Amino acid sequence: MSAFPHPAPHLTLAAGASEHRPLIITLFGLFVVATLVITVWAGRQTKDAADFYAGGRQFTGFQNGLAISGDYMSAASFLGIAGAIALFGYDGFLYSIGFLVAWLVALLLVAEPLRNSGRYTMGDVLAYRMRQRPVRTAAGTSTIVVSIFYLLAQMAGAGVLVSLLLGITSDGGKVAVVALVGLLMIVYVTVGGMKGTTWVQMVKAVLLIAGALLITFLVLLKFDFNISALLGQAAENSGQGSKFLEPGLKYGKDGLTKLDFISLGLALVLGTAGLPHILIRFYTVPTAKAARKSVNWAIGIIGAFYLMTIALGFGAAALLKRADILASNKAGNTAAPLLAQEIGGGAGSTGGAVLLAVISAVAFATILAVVAGLTLASSSSFAHDIYVNVIRKGRATEKEEMRAARWSTVVIGAVAIALGALARDMNVAGLVALAFAVAASANLPTILYSLFWKRFTTQGALWSIYGGLISAVGLVLFSPVVSGKPTSMFKDADFYWFPLENPGIISIPLGFLLGWLGTVLSKEEADPQKFAELEVRSLTGTGAH
Amino acid sequence: MTTEAAPPHGGAGPAPAHPSAEEFTRVQQSPEFAELRSSYRSFAFPLTVAFIAWYLLYVLLSNYAGGFMGTKLFGNINVALVLGLAQFATTFLIAWLYSRHAAAKLDPKARAIKQEMEAGA
Repeated sequence: MSAFPHPAPHLTLAAGASEHRPLIITLFGLFVVATLVITVWAGRQTKDAADFYAGGRQFTGFQNGLAISGDYMSAASFLGIAGAIALFGYDGFLYSIGFLVAWLVALLLVAEPLRNSGRYTMGDVLAYRMRQRPVRTAAGTSTIVVSIFYLLAQMAGAGVLVSLLLGITSDGGKVAVVALVGLLMIVYVTVGGMKGTTWVQMVKAVLLIAGALLITFLVLLKFDFNISALLGQAAENSGQGSKFLEPGLKYGKDGLTKLDFISLGLALVLGTAGLPHILIRFYTVPTAKAARKSVNWAIGIIGAFYLMTIALGFGAAALLKRADILASNKAGNTAAPLLAQEIGGGAGSTGGAVLLAVISAVAFATILAVVAGLTLASSSSFAHDIYVNVIRKGRATEKEEMRAARWSTVVIGAVAIALGALARDMNVAGLVALAFAVAASANLPTILYSLFWKRFTTQGALWSIYGGLISAVGLVLFSPVVSGKPTSMFKDADFYWFPLENPGIISIPLGFLLGWLGTVLSKEEADPQKFAELEVRSLTGTGAH
Repeated sequence: MTTEAAPPHGGAGPAPAHPSAEEFTRVQQSPEFAELRSSYRSFAFPLTVAFIAWYLLYVLLSNYAGGFMGTKLFGNINVALVLGLAQFATTFLIAWLYSRHAAAKLDPKARAIKQEMEAGA
């Protein structure tokens, strides 16, 4: 292969973006207008709680598979993985694999039984056999904690990224961007409910796949579709040689980082099937069979996308200067937009400006669709699990329930805006992996025990939800993610003693262990009739909503 | 699109039947249901253990067998990349196998039980 084509000297994104800001703003604006039209249209068709929470359960398997992909592929997957590969080579690709394999847990064990036996939330299934109020409270708490962590990462990331793409450097500008993203997501969810959110996610998934396909095609074209040549140039350009194509650059430093990698791997593979914003998507289709089809479509779409991260990430490593990637964003989050600019002809060219604008708009769409899904999941759980079933003891009218859901959307959105604005300069990338760890530790054990273990009791459910939740969040609080290192959220504080960044290796087994222990130590016995009902419903769909 | 064609009150069409608790217990203990359960569990459970083990093996190899993973097979394509792509391939394969099994073995049994229960309720 020839040496690096177009070694652009001044490839900082802010500079490139400010020249072409009108184009980027136009594309952002188009997406916002299109999604608001969809939202208003969906809002007119949102009449009852099943519409608001579950989109009327009338989406097809394909539509839902597309929406699941749009809900799941966050900025962390699109920009984060491309950036991680661009900087750390093969170790960045390891994320793609964990994020994909995880879907088999959802397919084989969770999606269909959940669709058959639940109504609107994860708590419906967890509380099915149990004493409603304590278990609903626990399920609601864990749903909100997981979603807020995830949301915080997306909001803060949105602030940084959109500011960078638009060339905004002032503090006030960044806060305004976070507020705008937050306001849009509140509108999507309160007006459009699940229907509006689903359509926004479908549109985003199509845009994301199209954008990734385009860049992948152009990168491969540059290398005559010779993957080996692409990898070779990436390795050479990275300055790491063939080490760049082997595992270990990020996680291979010492025994501790290796342990951290196992911990992360566990959290990724077991977390997906416990993420509330993913689980509620299974209620948007009419049957368990359609839920299965949705997951199959999602696996195909998400898998194809993660395969393209190879071309995006290694393409960025091969065609961009490492120093430019780092100068634009230390975590590599802008490697994909930079690559788009480079592949379109470089900074200053029209082609480069157009592709940069397109990929920036895709990133913007990605963030908005994911935050809308997260907000919907947490407000649904607050309204349905905590307000209706705990506070009102199940005696609220459908109207009251929907009003509660809309108000909690506004409150959660406001909280997310405030946290996102506060965290705008913190390194919050680790929070997505943390959300996976909490989901795997607190939610997955309880879901599996509830569905498959006859003896599981209320005490077991509470121990595993709270035990998994507290241990995962607690360990992270005392980990280098939060304090003690230059990359921490609070760089200047130092109160860490837990050496790993991801708590999964401790908290996931603990969640499972506590669920078992809480059950065998229970004074009350599981209700066999309730289990019979749940088991028959979950496997056959009898009486499904 | 389908959402437009949806009935005003979404859901599973006509109001779902509500079989009694005794009915659920009777069905749960019936041989037909036992067959459905074992047909599901004997397929899904071992497969879950297998793909998680295969994924963990891959994670462990990445961690502790760097030399092996770095072996070049052709051009710049090494064992690590091939095994990574193999994880993609097995994920697609397992999804397909499970869906085929579910359509052939689980769906008909589940449908029969559901129809019987909802008719009898």
